[in-house]
Amino acid sequence: MKEKLRPEDMSREERQPLVHLENEDLMPLPNPLDEPDKDHRWASLSAQARERYECILDDTSAVNIPQPKTPEEQKELVHKFLSGLDKLFTKENNWTFLQPLVLTMEHCAKCQTCSAACHIYEASGGNELYRPTYRSEIMRRLYFKYVKHGGLLSAWQHGDIQLNWPLVARLIELTYRCNLCRRCAQTCPIGADNGLVAHELRKLFSQEMGIAPKELHDKGSMLQLEVGSSTGMNPVVVKDNIAFIDEDTTERTGVKVETPWDVEGADVLLLHNAGEIMAWPENPGAFALVLNAAGITWTLSSELAAYDGINYGLWYDDAQFARVAIKHAEAAKKLKVKKIVVGECGHAHKALAVIADRILTGDLNIPRESSMTLLRDIVMSGRLKLDPSRNKFPVTLHDPCNLVRLMGVVEPQREIVRKICPQFREMWPHGVDNYCCGGGSGFAIMSGNNFQDWRFHVSGRKKLEQILNAFSDCLGPDTPKYVCAPCSNCKGQIRDMLAYYEMWDTHRILYGGLVELIVNAMEDVKPGYIQWEWH
Amino acid sequence: MMFMVSGVIVAAVLLFVIGSFARAIWYARHPIHLRWELYPVPHEDPRHVEHGGSYFEEVNWWTRPTRFNLLGEVRFMAPEIFFMKGLWEFNRVLWRRSFPFHFGLYLLIGTIALVAMAAVLDIVAPGLMAGGLGTGLHWLYTITGFSGAILAICGAAALLYRRLTAEDLKTYTTAGDVFNLCAFIVALGLLLTGLLFKGSDSPSTVSLFRAILTFDARVRIPGLLAVGLVLSALLAAYIPFTHMSHFIGKFFTYHAVRWNDHPLRRGSRLEQRLAEYLTYKPTWAASHVGADGTKTWAEVATTNPAEAKKK
Repeated sequence: MKEKLRPEDMSREERQPLVHLENEDLMPLPNPLDEPDKDHRWASLSAQARERYECILDDTSAVNIPQPKTPEEQKELVHKFLSGLDKLFTKENNWTFLQPLVLTMEHCAKCQTCSAACHIYEASGGNELYRPTYRSEIMRRLYFKYVKHGGLLSAWQHGDIQLNWPLVARLIELTYRCNLCRRCAQTCPIGADNGLVAHELRKLFSQEMGIAPKELHDKGSMLQLEVGSSTGMNPVVVKDNIAFIDEDTTERTGVKVETPWDVEGADVLLLHNAGEIMAWPENPGAFALVLNAAGITWTLSSELAAYDGINYGLWYDDAQFARVAIKHAEAAKKLKVKKIVVGECGHAHKALAVIADRILTGDLNIPRESSMTLLRDIVMSGRLKLDPSRNKFPVTLHDPCNLVRLMGVVEPQREIVRKICPQFREMWPHGVDNYCCGGGSGFAIMSGNNFQDWRFHVSGRKKLEQILNAFSDCLGPDTPKYVCAPCSNCKGQIRDMLAYYEMWDTHRILYGGLVELIVNAMEDVKPGYIQWEWH
Repeated sequence: MMFMVSGVIVAAVLLFVIGSFARAIWYARHPIHLRWELYPVPHEDPRHVEHGGSYFEEVNWWTRPTRFNLLGEVRFMAPEIFFMKGLWEFNRVLWRRSFPFHFGLYLLIGTIALVAMAAVLDIVAPGLMAGGLGTGLHWLYTITGFSGAILAICGAAALLYRRLTAEDLKTYTTAGDVFNLCAFIVALGLLLTGLLFKGSDSPSTVSLFRAILTFDARVRIPGLLAVGLVLSALLAAYIPFTHMSHFIGKFFTYHAVRWNDHPLRRGSRLEQRLAEYLTYKPTWAASHVGADGTKTWAEVATTNPAEAKKK
């Protein structure tokens, strides 16, 4: 049952979740998932989770916030929140995003134009909790009340809100119900940015209160800064794994593949998302093969954090973000490479090429570019002999938000698939108007409690609809189909979602990267680089 | 009474100008933030703008000359400013109410400009104004004035009705929002009524305009018109202090945020400003940040908390 919520409800003292979703409430899916009663039932939160953590927002919990034991502890946490809120609006603490944040606080007209653009709001069947402005409205009321110290007149003008621990606890969870895809911001007539509000709140919770999902912080950015990669691979292990990938790729393709490490003066320092090395070794294998075949002088780096292009700080913590970006640039500086090329990882693209641009000053300002453009130039230059008939199966292209809407790399990947995939078809909408895969801003790697159920049923629903629609003319299991997702996190989300809905078993929908399609079409390579089996 | 009316109007206009400038300066003085652009960015090379692309689509983009496509920006901005193209595209229901309101206000601003022009011409070229030009101008500002007021009032009423009845807007509507829209309806309604019923013996619009600016107490202004003018002026003075000043905010949200794709170049002025920000001393309390108020931003960013933990 859909519940009508008001911003004031966030302060409700009772320990019940504010909303509960049923499959019947959600946006309908197309054939073959068009009957809600046949959809999977959501796994419930365990009694243990409900007992230990603050689970008072909705049906899931992403952050595992321990319940304060005493009213004093609650007060202390609220006090910390207020202190963080104040810091968010000072230049000393938040010069990085102060101006856009203040503009968004001051000028939202609450016209709700953004709501129609939000895939989470739409997929939830229009649940008020997930409306992009719901979270922002609470933040705005807090801003006018506590940061600008508006009195009664301000409350009359901007609305009032009661600040207590339940509100803070719910707000922490609610900042992790947004993919930060910023599709809402794109449609705002004024230019207000609800995605930014979620981003800034996440920063407040992490930087002031030390609260963040463990997948992003403890097992994410901290592990990367400790051993070198969020996968846990240290330099020795990663070199071993890459050597194995080289061997396997050589065997599969009949072309000798060798990955260079720490080559001083190379033209290109390639930055993979290390998740590829662990989960999709065919991707780094294909990169090595293509770059070698194109005659490019390239290298990987075995420096701490520099063989893993991820930068989870982008989603929740400026300090962690800057630290990892600097590590990446320092590795490139040490090797004296001409440029850094970011592999198939959307957030690594945006983190290093766009957001870190104003952190990497002086000799850390080493040129950074997308692998999409480099691959496009290689494919279009004729340096590789390509046979598109090897890719004679339906292919659709997912646009990672970080790469497209937030960086403007739209056409290079399309030029490639148009050239080498004769049955390419676009999703709708696509390009800068794309929908997030539902795994954005860290969700793809967050699976605690029953959070996966939420991201399959709600945040990923729109993408699933797009994929099914793109293949609506060939849904049968006799036609193998390929969702090309040139981003590691998107690939993870699409993999998990296709598996959850058994789309490979019943409809032969596979997913993978872009560079694999290139190798699959290379005449000099043994046919069948793309293996039609679930992985 | 005229002296008082003049005083309030001039003070209100001054307050509007000062308030607007103060807000613009407040925004402009914020530090340059990290890049946070959203594509499409209309000043990109036209080859990229077509599909929303950027210079990142070029191999070795930093070796190519930067092209700032001013025409692209103008092409985007003109329909956005004058016709609210974004709202038309993404929220047609609201556009039908919001466009008449805003366009009405534009016409009223245009009317003030036309009356000012007529007042100046009346002094510098009275001969011209006695002829066809004067008559033409009179009809023009009469038409823009009346149609502007009617459009703005109808738009504001329609917006108010929607705010109070549409479920998605109602939840977020505050007393302040209702007051703002009512203020437009009342102030412009009185102004319109005052103009309609000012009587044939009352001074002309141009004489009135001149009298207001010169504090000419000899000119007699009809009571209702005086109330309409004063309330409209007070409303204008109030705008810069509310979210309705989005005509200022929007400049920054577009030019400084959405479209700010300016890459950092070594030795640039931008780099100098960033160097200053890196000396700021943050005070975030979480232990992994390690910001104790003595370390600079640069020091925090180059400290590895994992290594500190090991020690």
